[in-house]
Amino acid sequence: MSEAAIDTSGMKVTDEVVIEIQHMHKWYGEFHVLKNVNLTVNRGERIVICGPSGSGKSTMIRCINRLEEHQQGHILVDGIELTNDLKNIDAIRREVGMVFQHFNLFPHLTVLENCTLAPIWVRQTPKKDAEEQAMHFLSKVKIPDQAHKYPGQLSGGQQQRVAIARSLCMNPRIMLFDEPTSALDPEMISEVLDTMIELAQEGMTMLCVTHEMGFARKVANRVIFMDGGEIIEQNEPEEFFTNPQSERTKLFLSQILNH
Amino acid sequence: MTDVTEQNYPPGKHPSLPPPRNMTGWHVWIWKNFFGSITNTVLTFLSIFLIWQIVPGALDFLVFDSVVNAGSRAECREIADGACWAVIVERFEQSIFAFYPEEERWRVILAFILLFPTVGILLFDGFPARAKLMKFTIAYPFIAGWLIVGGWGLEPVSTDKFGGVMLTLIIGVTGITLSLPIGILLALGRISKLPAMRIVCVAFIEFIRGVPLITLLFVASTMLNYFLPPGVQFDLLLRVLIMVTLFASAYMAEVIRGGLQAIPKGQYEAADAMGLKYWQSMRLIILPQALKISIPGIVNTFIGLYKDTTLVIIIGLLDVLGIMKTALADPKWNGLPEEVYIYTAIFFFVSCFAMSRYSLYLEKKLHTGHKR
Ligand SMILES: Nc1ncnc2c1ncn2[C@@H]1O[C@H](COP(=O)(O)OP(=O)(O)OP(=O)(O)O)[C@@H](O)[C@H]1O
Ligand SMILES: [Mg+2]
Repeated sequence: MSEAAIDTSGMKVTDEVVIEIQHMHKWYGEFHVLKNVNLTVNRGERIVICGPSGSGKSTMIRCINRLEEHQQGHILVDGIELTNDLKNIDAIRREVGMVFQHFNLFPHLTVLENCTLAPIWVRQTPKKDAEEQAMHFLSKVKIPDQAHKYPGQLSGGQQQRVAIARSLCMNPRIMLFDEPTSALDPEMISEVLDTMIELAQEGMTMLCVTHEMGFARKVANRVIFMDGGEIIEQNEPEEFFTNPQSERTKLFLSQILNH
Repeated sequence: MTDVTEQNYPPGKHPSLPPPRNMTGWHVWIWKNFFGSITNTVLTFLSIFLIWQIVPGALDFLVFDSVVNAGSRAECREIADGACWAVIVERFEQSIFAFYPEEERWRVILAFILLFPTVGILLFDGFPARAKLMKFTIAYPFIAGWLIVGGWGLEPVSTDKFGGVMLTLIIGVTGITLSLPIGILLALGRISKLPAMRIVCVAFIEFIRGVPLITLLFVASTMLNYFLPPGVQFDLLLRVLIMVTLFASAYMAEVIRGGLQAIPKGQYEAADAMGLKYWQSMRLIILPQALKISIPGIVNTFIGLYKDTTLVIIIGLLDVLGIMKTALADPKWNGLPEEVYIYTAIFFFVSCFAMSRYSLYLEKKLHTGHKR
């Protein structure tokens, strides 16, 4: 990724709230993994979440689409509260796309089938329309020519771009990224980040767990630092990097920026 | 050959050369595989020696000195002292149909012939008009059942007339086709999040696996009557079919559970995150992968079940092996165990080998590149 500034004209934060997390707690057995998490996300925000390993970043964003269940507090996505009600969970999952560290593509399906599966079965899109749409998004992530290959035949960077296209095919209003580049070789990181930047420029609401600080500086409008299951501080990127408030943030930044 | 040991080409421009002469070709292959090392050479000569010792004698017995046309064992021996295939020739029809009435046998043959397109449609995705013909495969069990058992316009044939190849196929095919779906359900139940479901499935699997098939067959033939209300008659063959299916299902469930456990958690999560419902993600994502991994184990269970059908002999049903053994008791043919057992062995080998080859074909077809 080059250091050149990017066109930010499409990135507009509105005052419509899309995610609201209030006093959320979560335990794994006896282990208190998330402690009183409060977070409000407006439409169009690009939030980068960082923090040391084991601080609960993955757990937090996985609570947003109910891959993990929280035990206390409230999570509202698009005004729908996450409860045990399967209808609410389904409704929220239709709005929220997710990209994983290890891609999690379906190895027995072609790239195109990976992309059309959910539209066909969840949204009941006719197959032809779903394929057209899939090709549109595959072109967007610049791999339309790989549509008929299997994931196992692609490079890591290509696989992750397929995973992004697959999520986009559901027309999500929010995208969650959990360390999307940390399983990739260095030369493939930028192709994935470029795709994510494009998404941001189109006004997608994004929550991204990543340690790519260059990406955070350019794209994020807010950086959140987590440690020990709590949100320690959050700020605009410039302010966050140049003027961190807490000691833990300073220590963390010195560790990741000094190599 | 150009000399490239000295670098006489610009960096990055090394030409692609053919492999060295002595690396390819059939004579190299033979040399490497048969005489490549001292052990290989010794084994090669040992094998040649054994083949030379066994094959000529076996060929004499099986082919050159064998007798096909004779009326009894004594006649056979007068002609030559090799295998007396006449016994198989005479008993051939019986080995297939057992005591099924002769004038009704066309019904069994028709059911058997129809089995081939059914299996073809099910197993090979290149089959013409496959999607439309799938309906036929669903109808097949009912058509075949009607043809074989009779009723509705056909002369009814009591199931105690069944036997031979026909009985082996009925039990084998029924067990195989039913144990797979039941096994899948049991495996899913066993890893389910619902405790009640899990307990029921574990109890069932462990109970059935913990009891020998013979015991289950005895239960089928005798004890089941005690559990049924008095006066209810329950066909013995039907009871055997149920027991064999349950038995194979328990094994199948464990084979498939192994496959399910090999699927990374990320696959479930991706399916969930996309909003697929439980049965959708199982059917579209998890099972296709889990079943593919389990193919060797599944086919292994199929083959085991197929051969276990011979056990029905102990509750008085006569499968191929059973019916052929009756030939041994016939004074005319007394004393020809080799012929009879070779014939039975060939029958089982052909069936099982076909299953094994199909599983290899399927594994190749489902291979979709390197997994990461
Ligand atoms: N299924 C689980 N059961 C028990 N503990 C868990 C489970 N998943 C995560 N944890 C624990 O919860 C804590 C937070 O995990 P989480 O994966 O959210 O961390 P993270 O911030 O994403 O770390 P990383 O940067 O390594 O991905 C860790 O201490 C982890 O060991
Ligand atoms: Mg994580």
